[in-house]
Amino acid sequence: MDFSWLTDPFYQRYLWTGFVNTLWLVAVSGSLGLALAVGVALAQIRGPRPLALLVRGFTTVIRGTPLLVQLFFFYDGVGRLLPAIPGVQESLLWPLLRDPFFYGALTFTLSVGAYSGEVIRGALLSVPPGELAAGRAFGLSRWQILYRLWLPRGIQMCLPTLTGEMILLLKSVPLVSTIALMDLLKAANLVRDETFLVYEPLLLIAGIYLAMTLVLTAGMRLVETRFPGARPARSRRRRLLPG
Amino acid sequence: MDSASNDGLLAWMGPILHGALTTVEIAVLAYAIGLALGLIGAGARLSPWPALRALGTGYSTVVRAMPELLLIILLYYAGSQALTAAYAALGGDGQLAIGGFATAVGVLAFVQGAYMTEVFRGAILAIPRGQLEAADAYGFSRACRFRRIVIPAMLPNALPGMSNLWLILVKDTALVSVIGFEELFFTVQQAAASTREYLLFYAVAGALYLVMTLGSNALFARAERHVRRGQAGT
Repeated sequence: MDFSWLTDPFYQRYLWTGFVNTLWLVAVSGSLGLALAVGVALAQIRGPRPLALLVRGFTTVIRGTPLLVQLFFFYDGVGRLLPAIPGVQESLLWPLLRDPFFYGALTFTLSVGAYSGEVIRGALLSVPPGELAAGRAFGLSRWQILYRLWLPRGIQMCLPTLTGEMILLLKSVPLVSTIALMDLLKAANLVRDETFLVYEPLLLIAGIYLAMTLVLTAGMRLVETRFPGARPARSRRRRLLPG
Repeated sequence: MDSASNDGLLAWMGPILHGALTTVEIAVLAYAIGLALGLIGAGARLSPWPALRALGTGYSTVVRAMPELLLIILLYYAGSQALTAAYAALGGDGQLAIGGFATAVGVLAFVQGAYMTEVFRGAILAIPRGQLEAADAYGFSRACRFRRIVIPAMLPNALPGMSNLWLILVKDTALVSVIGFEELFFTVQQAAASTREYLLFYAVAGALYLVMTLGSNALFARAERHVRRGQAGT
């Protein structure tokens, strides 16, 4: 095992850029994807029939095809067609549309939206109808019922599953090494090509991924325990018991 | 679409369908080996010997915590080097060329086995204890109990997880294109690059994968009805 290349600032910069890009991809597509997922879930439960069918088709296609194929579809397929459209290269969006990061984030956002959308849909459907009826009885508006009762209760039910989805997202980030985007795997591949060391760079980022998975799991665990109403049973019951 | 791109699609349809067949072959073989690895892994995790338990837990934990693509690349290099070393130790000389097919199957099966271990462990733990004790009381041997009681009793619990893993595996076969193995997606990438019709060919690839996943959904639904026969409420 030869890790002496780690002292080279050149390789350090590769790894650091890869690490930062990985974190950014997870943060951007995780938050945008979860927002999309709520929309996907609600559109299928409450949306007008054509919209519900459209969204159903979207989740089926995204969940039925490999992420790698989707990434190439957007980056190589859509990305190469865009410059041909007149005016696109002059538009303000062009720096964004030229950036491989955009296509990575787009692909992962849609993926999180489809997979987590199904999870949230199931959770929203399993919120007891009596709780929503109680909200109506208290005179809450439809919007208030949605964001003060239905969504918090649904998300509370599926938080552990969403944790799993976020870890899946983290683990799919190395796919972007196949497009022109520097992530940890791409950095390791570059180190491998230049130093002819096969295992050391790969094992190093395997360790980094292991650590990131552990940190992400611990972080999500914290969210799970802090989430409003996550552990209500014990403290409230104690307060209700006499003496 | 103009007629030129249609010609390109027609010309590439043969190789692409051949790639799709290779993808199915890889997936089926890797799944079969993954099932066996999963049973062994679950057996190890549930065994009374601590060393075996630690081995099973280590396998499933480490593999499941790492990105599939990273594992595939790592195992691709490690696997070919280890096999060459083993070949040399057995008296063979020179480089042993393992086929890309064997590497692809082996790597995917190894990853699949770790996830399958957890599915089987959960399913076996969910078997009511009384059923196993009844088998013991009737004097079943361990092997016979495993074949006649444990497997049929755990399958209804394991099948949803197994079908999920099959879908993940079918989609993961696209990852072996990264190590240069010629399956469906690798062929599609070549087709797209040579005709410059990227959008068209990636859409075709997506459609073919969709046919595979939706088709196997129907098969798994039938299998689930079969293993749940005789259960209340179906």
